[in-house]
Amino acid sequence: MAALARLLGARRDGPGRPLHWTDIASYAYLAFGVVLMFGPVLWLVFSSFKTQSALLEFPPSLMPMAQVEVTVAGQPNPLPLFRATLPDGSVKELAQIRRVGLVAQMVDPAEPDKTYRVAIDKREPVRKVALATENYTEPLRQFAFLRFLSNSLFVTVVATAITLLINSMAAYGLAVYEFRGKTAATLAVIGTLMIPITIVLVPVYLVVTELGLVNSLWAVILPGAATPTGVFLLRQYMLTLPRDLIEAARMDKASEWQIYWRIVMPLTLPALAVLAIFSIMWRWNEFLWPLAVLTKTEVYTLQIGLAAFQGELQTQWHYLLAMTVVTLAPVALVFVFLQRFITTGIGSTGMK
Amino acid sequence: MSDGSSRPPGRPSAGTARVPASARWRDRAAGLAGLPVALALRLLDPLMAAVQRLIGAGRMPYVFLFPNFVFFGLFVFLPIGINLVFSVTGGPALFPSERPFVGAEQYAYLFDCGSYLDPSSCREDHFWRGVSNTAVFVLFQVGTMVLVSLLTALVLNRPIRGRGFFRAVYFFPVLLSPVVVALIWKWILQRDGLLNAAITSLGGQKILFFVDPSWAMFWAVFVSVWAHMGFYTLILLAGLQAIPSDLYEAAEMDRTPRWRILWRITLPLLWPNMIVVIVLSLIKGVQTFDEVFVLTGGGPGTATLMVVQYIYETAFANQVQNFGLAAAASVVLGLVLFALTLAQLAATRMKER
Amino acid sequence: MADLKLTGARKAFGAVDVLHGIDLEVKDGEFVVFVGPSGCGKSTLLRVIAGLEMVSAGEVHIDGERVTHLPASDRGLAMVFQSYALYPHMTVARNMAFALENMRLPKAEIDARVKRAAEMLRLTDYLDRKPKALSGGQRQRVAIGRAIVRDPKIFLFDEPLSNLDAELRVATRKELAALHAELGGTMIYVTHDQVEAMTLADRIVVLRAGRIEQVGAPLDLYNRPANAFVAGFIGSPRMNLLPATVIADDGTLRLRLGAREIAVPQATRGLRAGSAVTLGIRPEHIALAPDGGGQLDLTVDLVEQLGSEALVYAGHAGLPQITLRLDGQSRLARGATIPVRFSPDHIHLFDTDGLALPRP
Ligand SMILES: Nc1ncnc2c1ncn2[C@@H]1O[C@H](COP(=O)(O)OP(=O)(O)OP(=O)(O)O)[C@@H](O)[C@H]1O
Ligand SMILES: [Mg+2]
Repeated sequence: MAALARLLGARRDGPGRPLHWTDIASYAYLAFGVVLMFGPVLWLVFSSFKTQSALLEFPPSLMPMAQVEVTVAGQPNPLPLFRATLPDGSVKELAQIRRVGLVAQMVDPAEPDKTYRVAIDKREPVRKVALATENYTEPLRQFAFLRFLSNSLFVTVVATAITLLINSMAAYGLAVYEFRGKTAATLAVIGTLMIPITIVLVPVYLVVTELGLVNSLWAVILPGAATPTGVFLLRQYMLTLPRDLIEAARMDKASEWQIYWRIVMPLTLPALAVLAIFSIMWRWNEFLWPLAVLTKTEVYTLQIGLAAFQGELQTQWHYLLAMTVVTLAPVALVFVFLQRFITTGIGSTGMK
Repeated sequence: MSDGSSRPPGRPSAGTARVPASARWRDRAAGLAGLPVALALRLLDPLMAAVQRLIGAGRMPYVFLFPNFVFFGLFVFLPIGINLVFSVTGGPALFPSERPFVGAEQYAYLFDCGSYLDPSSCREDHFWRGVSNTAVFVLFQVGTMVLVSLLTALVLNRPIRGRGFFRAVYFFPVLLSPVVVALIWKWILQRDGLLNAAITSLGGQKILFFVDPSWAMFWAVFVSVWAHMGFYTLILLAGLQAIPSDLYEAAEMDRTPRWRILWRITLPLLWPNMIVVIVLSLIKGVQTFDEVFVLTGGGPGTATLMVVQYIYETAFANQVQNFGLAAAASVVLGLVLFALTLAQLAATRMKER
Repeated sequence: MADLKLTGARKAFGAVDVLHGIDLEVKDGEFVVFVGPSGCGKSTLLRVIAGLEMVSAGEVHIDGERVTHLPASDRGLAMVFQSYALYPHMTVARNMAFALENMRLPKAEIDARVKRAAEMLRLTDYLDRKPKALSGGQRQRVAIGRAIVRDPKIFLFDEPLSNLDAELRVATRKELAALHAELGGTMIYVTHDQVEAMTLADRIVVLRAGRIEQVGAPLDLYNRPANAFVAGFIGSPRMNLLPATVIADDGTLRLRLGAREIAVPQATRGLRAGSAVTLGIRPEHIALAPDGGGQLDLTVDLVEQLGSEALVYAGHAGLPQITLRLDGQSRLARGATIPVRFSPDHIHLFDTDGLALPRP
């Protein structure tokens, strides 16, 4: 019991104390965590570089492998290379010319005139690591994934810009001014915090239809542009700015709009950055609403495209995996550079 | 907090001796995303100056609130109203005025059940499947989530090397899209996938995880915990680090055994954060849709069909789009969420105290 | 350069009245200082003038023009804030240029004005720095520079020196006086430091609880305070205010002060015997009277030696503690009994309402 408590103990002892078994258990737990958290993603990335046939192998190999092919003098096409056990027991690397029944006709690439006949269970393919990059290039060419990618980019950038603009305006209005209806407006923002799109799916669909936006990317961009979370976060931050600055600007003949964008916005940059990153994440990953409102392939975002294609491409995992990696890559990049910032941002705002 | 994460982003830093790399990247990212915004702000300047001259500085706050509230109005307030209208009208039409009034019929239909404990005895059995699946899912998901994130937070709060790295590791999946998460695991769990390879190499039989209802639900819960535990760990870790260290020192002076410190100091002081974690994960859990939808498609059969998937399919994916029924179901879901949100507010109030 | 007129200016925040009808005229080129205890409404009055707050009632005129409802940005005044309120994200030069840009002045004109102000305030070397990288005194000068470049109708200062250390405060005070002499602009200055008020002001406005207690030149306020409040507020150390009872007022005024009776050789003021008055005497106007002729015997409680002078705190039964200021260094010890006399020309008398009794 005491040992368990020690394992979970929150005390931080000074450095240089001897390792206790609970420390080892902690590191073991964390190492297991690394495998469990990163492993699946790495597995996805490795798999996405495998050829279709390599993906069908069972048990699967870790690295993307492909059989080595060699060009042999006198042969029109490159031939697959095998490691063959000859009748005399010696092992030789031979290229296979053709296979007849259970016997393969093989040739030594070093001596092109000499052919061998080898039983097929006496030979092993020679393989090396090979990246099937066509998994990436093909679907981008064959299917509309490039389109999905650009749709997703468009939605993410435009929606984030709109969100930053109108949220910061509203936050500024609520943080800096005293006016009739301020309390009501603030309460409306807080009230909206509790209403996820999940429960107004149908009527928002109606509104979007009435606006004539179904199957347009604006249908994805607009409904979520005014985020109560963003207004709230920015307002809280703006409240910490000294009032004197705003009054000094007023004395300096700045218009209210100038105070907003030349004084308050630059000083709110840290909070704006948090909101920008969250908005980018929300928009890039958004699923349910686009699924409801986008029905034509040419307006699909990556997430919808991916989900739709996993139905159609079930047998074509090689493309699906590669496109999953494409979808995940920007997020992973953002994470690598902004990890600390994001985790502290979430820690202090409690939002996701 | 020894790993540089101590500066909350909510404060402008005084005196910047050294700009951390993450801040530099953050500013760059913000600058990039903010470029169109900055341009818009500058372009709007003359217009807004004219507006201010026209209406006076005293009315400017309304101008600042206007765009955001137009959006709120169109996509939140109005829809809430329409949702109620939908739920008391019938027929396939989308436009409310073309829909005949049916009173509480939709609700009656939803709640028409032989026994509420047996979904198959209900008229709208899919809804009740969704409810019972969601209940089971939430129960296991929240329970596991709290335990796993508490354990992880406690371990991460120990004096370990590379805490920042490990925290990042657990947090990483939080950023992945639900679709990506589901596809990653689907690939691992498929018939010839990595897991079955491991099982057969240990001498076991391949398991068809998505054909067996219990396995499907298990993996739905597992994947969901995998994807979100980092977020809750972070909340708990913040709570742990907020516990003043002199409390521990005082306890040490009193020669308090470690397990007593855990039970009598750490956990009670962490309790407010725990409540936040429980309620937040409840709220998110009830709304679960995308991960499970992509992972299992709600199957096998209806074994992992969630309420939100039911609403989505009733309104959009089925042959006959039944907006009224979907609206009624979402009103019910909304009420549940509202209750949970009140619980969260109460919990946050408690945390502040 | 402009004059200012407030008539019946009132300000209420909700139900709380902060200014109760202020009437004040400030002449062109005048340096006027508002003093008063904390919370008396000095800042509010200044902000009402600035246009950052609107009066609840009354009028504000600048240069004869009614500006009562004009917002701050249209009044053409400049303000130096206690916190300086420098824009942290702009360099010194841009801080100073900001207002000029808003006025849409041509670039060359802006640069010239910023350069001139920077030279005047010895800021030329810091023009490209952000406020964070400046010392307190430099920040303060930037704040003043930001006002100067505007060439405003009136300069408004809200306790601009209170964030500086004592030495810098004295130096900056002198610079401000020099600046006023050089620029000649109308300046309104809020402080609760009466030394600043005395040294800078052409006229001092003493405020209490949202009302003007007295307006006048510094020495007028010092020599002829209109009431006990002003008497106590102006001058340091504070004037001694002692309760007394009139015994008779027939040619010489005779007062009961504690256990003693003292005569004030002044003309009759028609005070009735038995009425209560407050006798005010500044610490520097009380002298030791070792060789007889003492009006009051005091017991020394504490002596503060300042080198060039000594402050003696002494008591007398039935009276509040009395402060004496003695030139040079004092050898008095605690517990010693000292006979003192009040310089007759410097005795102030206040009635029960605190109003100064007119001097003959
Ligand atoms: N916005 C406001 N709302 C309500 N009351 C206010 C507001 N601003 C000032 N007050 C009140 O008005 C009174 C005068 O405030 P003001 O700031 O003018 O005092 P002050 O003389 O400048 O004091 P100090 O010397 O401490 O700066 C105070 O009692 C203050 O509480
Ligand atoms: Mg003040």
